[in-house]
Amino acid sequence: MSIASTSVIQIIPRTRRGVELFLLVIAVGIAVGAYVNIGITAQDGVPASTGLYAAGIGLLALIAHLALRFRAPYADPVILPCAVLLNGLGVAMIHRIDLGLTSIGRTKGVPFAPQQITWTAVGVVLFLAVVIVVRDHRRLQAFTYTLGLVGLVLLVLPLVPGLGVNINGASIWIRVAGMSFQPGEFAKVCLVIFFAGYLVMKKDVLTLAGRRFLGLDLPRARDLGPILVAWLVSLGVLVFESDLGSSLLFFGLFLFLLYVATERAGWLIIGGLLFVAGAYFAYQTFGHVTKRINDWLDPFSIDGGQIAVGLMGQAWGGILGRGLGQGQPHLTLYANSDMIISSFAEELGLTGLIAILLVYTLIIERGLRTALACRDIFGKLIATGLAMSFSLQVFVIVGGVTGLIPLTGLATPFMALGGTSLVANWAIIGLLLRISDQARRPQTPAAPVSDETIAMAVQKA
Amino acid sequence: MSELTLTLIKLGFLALLWMFVLAVLSVIRSDLFGAKVDSRAAAAAVPAAARTPKPAKPVKKRKGLPGSVTIADGPQAGVGATLVEEPVVIGRGSDCQIRLDDDYSSTRHSRLFLSEGQWWVEDLGSTNGTYLDGQRVTRPVPAEIGGSIRIGRTTLNIAK
Repeated sequence: MSIASTSVIQIIPRTRRGVELFLLVIAVGIAVGAYVNIGITAQDGVPASTGLYAAGIGLLALIAHLALRFRAPYADPVILPCAVLLNGLGVAMIHRIDLGLTSIGRTKGVPFAPQQITWTAVGVVLFLAVVIVVRDHRRLQAFTYTLGLVGLVLLVLPLVPGLGVNINGASIWIRVAGMSFQPGEFAKVCLVIFFAGYLVMKKDVLTLAGRRFLGLDLPRARDLGPILVAWLVSLGVLVFESDLGSSLLFFGLFLFLLYVATERAGWLIIGGLLFVAGAYFAYQTFGHVTKRINDWLDPFSIDGGQIAVGLMGQAWGGILGRGLGQGQPHLTLYANSDMIISSFAEELGLTGLIAILLVYTLIIERGLRTALACRDIFGKLIATGLAMSFSLQVFVIVGGVTGLIPLTGLATPFMALGGTSLVANWAIIGLLLRISDQARRPQTPAAPVSDETIAMAVQKA
Repeated sequence: MSELTLTLIKLGFLALLWMFVLAVLSVIRSDLFGAKVDSRAAAAAVPAAARTPKPAKPVKKRKGLPGSVTIADGPQAGVGATLVEEPVVIGRGSDCQIRLDDDYSSTRHSRLFLSEGQWWVEDLGSTNGTYLDGQRVTRPVPAEIGGSIRIGRTTLNIAK
């Protein structure tokens, strides 16, 4: 009996590309619906650009779908429609904020929505590149240390004088050819692959029994090296780049992957203690961290503060929201980037916000599901890492906007205004779908080793 | 635009959004509630199970003792031995009842013998192993009519 036939449930491999197409049609429909809805309520009529917008987003979705149909037929059918929906809703909301900013005369030159559509196109191109070029994610394991180095370089790039620029108190941008990029977004992807490759190699060493203390298997002191390095690097990002969000993201990612790879809760406790120590140290030492925490504890102490206005907007939205185009989300600072979740909460209400969060949850669930189904540890760890980076990012930014935790400047995946983040997220989705294609592809039964092969092997030996 | 229309548009959009979420959930339902069993396959499986109360009975088994073993293919095709009382040794050696011109077989490769009213195939510690119907022979296994033995590159058929 082969291993495959001993499992209780025989999963019949289905490509499910038809289902994906159906969901994509709904997703594009909702995005266009949002655009039209905003036109009707905020511009008194269906905007003339609707056709262009619908054609653009529809075409991009179709191209991505066709790439999967031909290059990754067994990929997960749900991830792409979810990503398209979030991206489309994000563009619609950015367009809505553009209209709002114009109406109060705070417009900054060109509207942002067309920019975001251009970046979506770039993102889909990168998505295609990942799906087509990376035929097998296991090949990436050969680049473990290269990607680790690339990730670190990308991370410190904003500190290079003359290249990095400081925007809004955080030095996480670089300016090349008149455009600013956030290299940290790509560093994230590189580091996930590096962590995965590293942990595949070191998993057994790190799992070696250390001391048992209070019912927990604690690792040996000399195995603490990697986690300390990760901690110091993320603390360095915090100190030198003043970027609370990325620092949290990198450390959290490493900790999660370490836990997943070794299955030892001891790491979580050590990591948690390190995090608390680092956070307390940062709170005591750095002005901008202290300010963030004070804003969180008492958002209404600043008149017209970003969080306070955002919270009022969300409260005004209530359960069902004001309706698209009928709120005042543009009054909040950075309503189209950091605070875009608050803009959605204001216009779509709790009902809409929960739907959006569920769509994020679905992407994360499918990512973890891919990790479960994946047959190699490297792929499992990458899928887990990518899904976790998504969930950490959504948690940190939504938690910050809704006042659960201090607000940190992480981009809301797929929605927030910002080219680099959008493009990087499309690359993540591409990689995730590539792994899921591998994981869901029907396993060709291991060709029975012919007698000749055995015979020849024996003769050689 | 009247207040009612605006409210309807608002609620309609929310409904659309949730419709998408529910559509996705229905697609991945198997993740949440276990894999869906194809109803037709399940329906077909039940009567099939009812018809065969003795599942242990192999289908292809034929009555009667095997009467001969013959090389099926290659230049030696047709060479064989009749199975009567005496054990039959297969291999490259000159003392074998069936002598194989096969570099991948051992001198005394395997043996067929009669015991307890049945013919058995036994591997004689060969280098490359004996396979009966694709399964490696590690201990004596019953040889049935219609079975095929693989020794090195040679296939032998067991016949009546």
